[in-house]
Amino acid sequence: METLTRSELLFDVDSIREEFPILKRKVKGKPLVYLDNAATTQKPLAVIEGLTRYYSEYNANIHRGIHSLAEEATAAFEASRDAVKEFIGAAHREEIIFTRGATEAINLVAYTWARKFVGAGDEILVSGMEHHSNIVPWQIIAEEKGAKVVPIPVLEDGTLDMEAFQRVLTEKTKLVAIVHASNSLGTINPVKFIATQAHAIGAKVLVDGSQSAVHLPIDVQDIDCDFFVFSGHKVYGPTGSGALYGKKALLEAMPVFHGGGEMIKEVSFEKTTYNELPYKFEAGTPNIADTVALKFALDFVKEIGKKKIHQYEQGLLAYATDALEQIKGLRIIGKAPEKTSVISFVVEGVHPQDLGILLDNKGIAVRTGHHCTQPLMDRFGIPGTTRASFALYTTYAEIDALVAGLERSIKTLL
Amino acid sequence: MTARPRIEELEEEIVENFSLFDSWDEKYEYIIDLGKKLPALEEEHKKDENKVRGCQSTVWLVAAYKDGLVEFKADSDAVIVKGLISMLIQVLSGHTPDEIIQAKLGFIDRIGMTTHLAQTRSNGLAAMVKQMKNFALAFKLQNEAAKH
Repeated sequence: METLTRSELLFDVDSIREEFPILKRKVKGKPLVYLDNAATTQKPLAVIEGLTRYYSEYNANIHRGIHSLAEEATAAFEASRDAVKEFIGAAHREEIIFTRGATEAINLVAYTWARKFVGAGDEILVSGMEHHSNIVPWQIIAEEKGAKVVPIPVLEDGTLDMEAFQRVLTEKTKLVAIVHASNSLGTINPVKFIATQAHAIGAKVLVDGSQSAVHLPIDVQDIDCDFFVFSGHKVYGPTGSGALYGKKALLEAMPVFHGGGEMIKEVSFEKTTYNELPYKFEAGTPNIADTVALKFALDFVKEIGKKKIHQYEQGLLAYATDALEQIKGLRIIGKAPEKTSVISFVVEGVHPQDLGILLDNKGIAVRTGHHCTQPLMDRFGIPGTTRASFALYTTYAEIDALVAGLERSIKTLL
Repeated sequence: MTARPRIEELEEEIVENFSLFDSWDEKYEYIIDLGKKLPALEEEHKKDENKVRGCQSTVWLVAAYKDGLVEFKADSDAVIVKGLISMLIQVLSGHTPDEIIQAKLGFIDRIGMTTHLAQTRSNGLAAMVKQMKNFALAFKLQNEAAKH
């Protein structure tokens, strides 16, 4: 008899939840309802046990040692590179640079590529829905170079103003740095189209995949972006892991970032030469354990299947959207037709902080505030929102708990 | 002239009130009620220079000095925070600068607010206390300068 692989089986959220020990805990005496997945996801046993196994069985410094432990650790670290390459559909393994996360990856591009290739009068386009991590590094370099960071406006429904994009995309544009899926609104941006348009005028494209990597199938070759970044901890992996993808020719043309061990070929006081890709950008002992365990997270997602996850999460999103819209005075911010499973909302006469405190008192974890997207909050004329974000282990019952918790909290507050 | 209650006595009153509650729901309902009852600050005071930093919500705080005593008035766009401020005002308003500066404010911990509120929000509470003490210190220094 042929055995079915896990992705061929039906999506079984109960058995998935069994793999996340933290979901069993109680908060304020009530079962935890964790709806802050856009901030960070919880970790499956495969990752937790994988980390323990690494430190218990094959911890060693990588690439240099010739002893067995060093070889095992190096093999595991490099296996993670192959896993990332496959996860995002890159053409070559040396196009994957390990970083602490998306923020460090964006900074790497800003401090190397942009510092070399962006000059006075040039423009870097970002969208009005960027996380501060995809605004501030460009502002730093723009200030240094006399360049300008130009926002692409956001429409009332939370989608990008594509007409305005065509207007602000000019021969001055050197880079379009765009979020794939908005952390505040959930909006999925047409990054492939943006890349085509940007390339037509000779600009490069960086896609911030912090929120998309966990929800959508990613194919960097199909998007044809020049850079793609994501954080491991938002894809069920450890904090402090993440990657930068860059097209090989670009990475080769870029100056080095940090100097130190591992990134060199030969060092002398007269002239130091640098290592080849990807090691040229990986100075010092990297975060070996967390990077090794990142593979276990990606394998976990792959085993269940991105398509199946996406389908399930879209069901949650539709259900929650309908239910939340029934609540009097509640307004959802961001109603793009294509969204990840993130819902931001405001309630008339109620401050998000008050809602956050009362929901937490019921064991429900949501995020309140500006979500590191202050320009976007200004765009909607609000100080912040309450945000519920779902993951593959979120249940319909948890959404019911959120709705009931909200109704009770709003009643208490008004 | 009736004697003014001491800060510790006012703190004790709040602690006693809280001891009547069985659940956190009740505690929050009480704090929310206090927040709703705190008179709104006049619009003219709701300006940037009166804002207290370090809080997810906006808090405005003003102080007046009259007959040797400090009077506080405050407001917030979030009602739980407003309830917390209301308790601070209840305890600290109407005291001399020295009394305010020396106040230990142990009640915050005793009613469970330091442990129950998350770090960032707790810092908001800490920022409010600090701002109130700064006002008291400023009035004290003003006083001493006037004497010389």
